[in-house]
Amino acid sequence: MKERLEQLKQEALQKVDQATEVQSLKDVRVEYLGKKGPITEVLRGMGKLSKEERPVIGQLANEVREQIADAIESKQTKMEEEALEKQLEEESVDVTLPGRPVQVGGPHLLTSIVEEIEDLFIGMGFEIKEGPEVETDYYNFEALNLPKGHPARDMQDSFYITEELLLRTHTSPVQARTMGHKNGKEPVKMICPGKVYRRDTDDATHSHQFTQIEGLLVDKHVRMSDLKGVLNAFAKQMFGEDRDIRLRPSFFPFTEPSVEMDISCKVCGGKGCSVCKGTGWIEILGAGMVHPNVLEMAGYDPEEYSGFAFGMGPERIAMLKYGVDDIRHFYTNDIRFLKQYHKA
Amino acid sequence: MLVSLNWLQDYIDVSKYTPEELAEIITKTGIEVESVEPVAEEVQGVVVGYVEECEQHPNADKLSLCQVNVGEESLQIVCGAPNIAKGQKVPVAVPGAVLPGNFKIKKTKLRGEVSNGMICSLQELGVDEKDVPKEYADGIFVFPDDVEVGAEATALLNLDDKIIELGLTPNRSDALSMAGVAYEVAAAIDGEYTLAEENVEPSNEKAEDKVTVKVEDPAANPYYGAFVIQDIEVGPSPLWLRNRLTAAGIRPINNVVDITNYVLLEYGQPLHAFDYDRFGSNEIVTRRAKDGETIQTLDDQERTLTSDHLVITNGTEAHAIAGVMGGATSEVQDDTKTIILEAAYFNPAVVRQSSKDHGLRSESSTRFEKGVDPNRVERAGKRACELLQKYANGTVLAGVVSFDQLDRSEKKVAIHTSIINDRLGTEITNEEIADILRRLQFDYKQNGEEFIVSAPTRRQDIERFEDMLEEVARIYGYDNLPFTLPGGESQAGGLSLDQQLKRRMKAYFEGAGLDEAITYSLTKKDWATMLVSPEVEREAVAPVGLAMPMSEDYSHLRQSLLPEMLQSLSYNIARKQQNLAYYEVGTVFVSEEEEVTKQPSEMLRASGALTGTWVTHPWQQEKKDIDFFVVKGIVEGLSEQLNIPFTYEKTKVSSMHPGRTALVKAGGKDIGFIGQIHPKLQKEMDLKETYVFDLNVEELLKLYDKEEAFRKIPRYPSVSRDIALVVDESVAAGDIAATISEAGAPLVKEVQVFDLYQGEHLEEGKKSLAFNLLYLDPERTLKDQEVEEAHEAILTAVKEKHQAELRG
Ligand SMILES: [Zn+2]
Repeated sequence: MKERLEQLKQEALQKVDQATEVQSLKDVRVEYLGKKGPITEVLRGMGKLSKEERPVIGQLANEVREQIADAIESKQTKMEEEALEKQLEEESVDVTLPGRPVQVGGPHLLTSIVEEIEDLFIGMGFEIKEGPEVETDYYNFEALNLPKGHPARDMQDSFYITEELLLRTHTSPVQARTMGHKNGKEPVKMICPGKVYRRDTDDATHSHQFTQIEGLLVDKHVRMSDLKGVLNAFAKQMFGEDRDIRLRPSFFPFTEPSVEMDISCKVCGGKGCSVCKGTGWIEILGAGMVHPNVLEMAGYDPEEYSGFAFGMGPERIAMLKYGVDDIRHFYTNDIRFLKQYHKA
Repeated sequence: MLVSLNWLQDYIDVSKYTPEELAEIITKTGIEVESVEPVAEEVQGVVVGYVEECEQHPNADKLSLCQVNVGEESLQIVCGAPNIAKGQKVPVAVPGAVLPGNFKIKKTKLRGEVSNGMICSLQELGVDEKDVPKEYADGIFVFPDDVEVGAEATALLNLDDKIIELGLTPNRSDALSMAGVAYEVAAAIDGEYTLAEENVEPSNEKAEDKVTVKVEDPAANPYYGAFVIQDIEVGPSPLWLRNRLTAAGIRPINNVVDITNYVLLEYGQPLHAFDYDRFGSNEIVTRRAKDGETIQTLDDQERTLTSDHLVITNGTEAHAIAGVMGGATSEVQDDTKTIILEAAYFNPAVVRQSSKDHGLRSESSTRFEKGVDPNRVERAGKRACELLQKYANGTVLAGVVSFDQLDRSEKKVAIHTSIINDRLGTEITNEEIADILRRLQFDYKQNGEEFIVSAPTRRQDIERFEDMLEEVARIYGYDNLPFTLPGGESQAGGLSLDQQLKRRMKAYFEGAGLDEAITYSLTKKDWATMLVSPEVEREAVAPVGLAMPMSEDYSHLRQSLLPEMLQSLSYNIARKQQNLAYYEVGTVFVSEEEEVTKQPSEMLRASGALTGTWVTHPWQQEKKDIDFFVVKGIVEGLSEQLNIPFTYEKTKVSSMHPGRTALVKAGGKDIGFIGQIHPKLQKEMDLKETYVFDLNVEELLKLYDKEEAFRKIPRYPSVSRDIALVVDESVAAGDIAATISEAGAPLVKEVQVFDLYQGEHLEEGKKSLAFNLLYLDPERTLKDQEVEEAHEAILTAVKEKHQAELRG
């Protein structure tokens, strides 16, 4: 019987080896390991054997069984892997063909600039405040030390709706309103971005509508050196660590002293070139210490409180930073222009 | 203000600085220098020549053949100028000379005659056309007789001068004069300057015997001074004076007018000269004009006046609009012998009104409007008398006939060193402050750290402590301020919830494939009320218009962002950009008043406009044009993003496609609309099929619930069931879905359409709609029977409400 088992084993293993399809393996399993298969038969015939021989043959039969089963299994695994490999090979794509496009939009360049500036001042503890675009003459001018008939009103010829209502010419009224809500007590630390309007004919450098960001800090013991420090931090983060700032005297009715801030020219490094008109400096923003009349009108005691304010134009900053040469580009919404700055 | 450096050098020594260095110093200490320019482009080799002979050119009618002595030699030169004559001294560009535009002069032949150079006009020497005196406008320039033959013409004509242009802010009207600039420069460079005393030698006759002065409105005219100068010889001014006017951009006319202009530039005080013999009386009366009174001004225009305007009269008729322009009748002419010279202080507001009403802004009105130095009014008159004596041969009568209620006092301002340091963040000492005041030439009394400063009247802008703070800071130097950061309690800055949400919405739209546009708030009247969302339209009475628009295109405030956004689409389409998807978050303006008196409501809207192809992937044959459902999908995505359920109802909005427009509702309110714009509008604006949406952002911010937006993921499984219904074509899918949700509540959580079918196997006029329903109880696992019961209830409800049959 031993011989029979060996013979069966050899036969089966050979068939497994020769099998080329999964079905032939299944056939081998049924043929040799099935309930009616030869090994089962051998086991059935064990009754004729002696007590001593029985366990030996039994063990051998089980071993043969296992060996055949293992062979089938490993052959099957191998065949499955091969089949999978073949299938995957057939599924392969031309990876160089273009992908299905995803519709991607993006922010307007002005929004990118405004949000960058917002985030920068948020980092310095400022809040963002907003206010109406149609303002009263009082908040747009009078509360900012520009009484009716003040010559500086010439500087910003405005779009009036009635004698008392106009499109705001700057975002400063938001500052006046915010201060007004504090009853002359709490400090204010805010920036206010928004649209503003002036009676200008649209050309490469003028727009009847544009954007402004103004900032205000009112507290006890606010110093002009604080203004210089904050603006310096802003300029370095916005334009680069290697840029210097300078303040020079200017005039705004709502600040005293008033200054304009220049940053050193990136193109020439301060030596003077056509971009900076030979001065080595580029004007970025206006600023100053809040005028005592403005503080008083908002309910603060100018002996006790002081503050600084500043204002800048995101269009101008975008023009400087990205070389935009015509302010009208910001409002015609030319898709080629907009897409160009999505990564700004 | 244009400042000639040659002129400035007469007052204060600035020779140790280059013009650019000086400009930098002036900019940093006080006044922005806008440019530094040479008076003219560089000119070389132009000398004074004496015309010894001047004859007709033998071969040309319009040319002259001249023999010109240029010092060392005599040259034959052909000249085409009509005003050339024998005996003149003229600018000659000799061979080798270079004129502006790098024009090199060579020996040449003109119509057969040798020409050794060129006799020049001022324009050819680079003088601006507008600065050329009229008598030389069409010909060569002629020097006065006293110049030396062979001398450099450029120096004589001041062509080697440099001009600094100051950008004056409204507070620095003191620098509208050369004297004022000299004081400013003296403070900036720590130099020496004081305005020199006038030097007049009057005759024995008295001015008061010739004229009287009466002022009717002292508030409008607190000082009026009249000088009388006789025996005037009107003629050209000396060359140096003409050069200085030219450098300042004022055209020389004759000595009398030039001298008044010169003093205006030197002192900042406008003066006016009347021809005494043409004045019509010897009494000067200044008064408010009568309504409807007229005057013929110097520019030959008849102007009608009102009581807002101040006039200088001879007792009966007006001879000048005070501070703005003189009258034609008493204008100084070539035969003028005697003049009345006016030196006055007119109220700035009154002059401003006149110049505005008559559209006349002049060197004179600009200065009066800003307020002239009260201590320099009479002195300026004297200075003009001095010059008229010297350069117009005038006899100055003794005294000034004046009306005088002018306040000439200096303002006193107290400053404290410690307060200055507290405001600036500096450690400036008492000595440094004293030194700054010395440089500014401000008088003061010091008591320890307190300084009582007397602000000179030339500095009308200095009124209070903060003004002095600025003076100290700018002379101390802003570069010398330290960099510090604000103290005080630190607050955490940040965006409010609404601001964060607004940014999230914008990010959503961009992620959904839309590009942000920014359009104008002002639009044309028709567009202001076009494509307005129904809920906005209900509140708006009339569009808000500007009182004085600059153009019809920007005359009214928009009630919808869409018209200008469509304009942007047109703009791009005209530039061959077909596929466009824009959104904008912006304000619309709504007034409930017919005549606006209050601020309109400003409503924040999120709008979009899309046209062209949405998806295109050619090699997979995929192409999808933008349609109603692309736009709806974007709006639904926003609803999902904010976790605010929207519902949609078919509606009609004017200028929208009547069959493809839906009202959007949320929280029981109308919040906007979506749809296709009307094909007629598309055509009008040169657009293809275009879809839009317009949503109320503030309402969305109100409905947004931060807690609700972050619900827990349900712990129990949901059960999904499909249902296919046959209904009339006219029944809206949304209505059936609503019925299903209502009847299936609370277990039905979601209802989704997954199939729409019309055609074969269905009765005419019917359609089949298939829905997927999601049943869920967040607290436990649902039993089959419960789902069955709910499903039955739904079927009954849709049958009752919509006559819907289950599709077999
Ligand atoms: Zn540069």
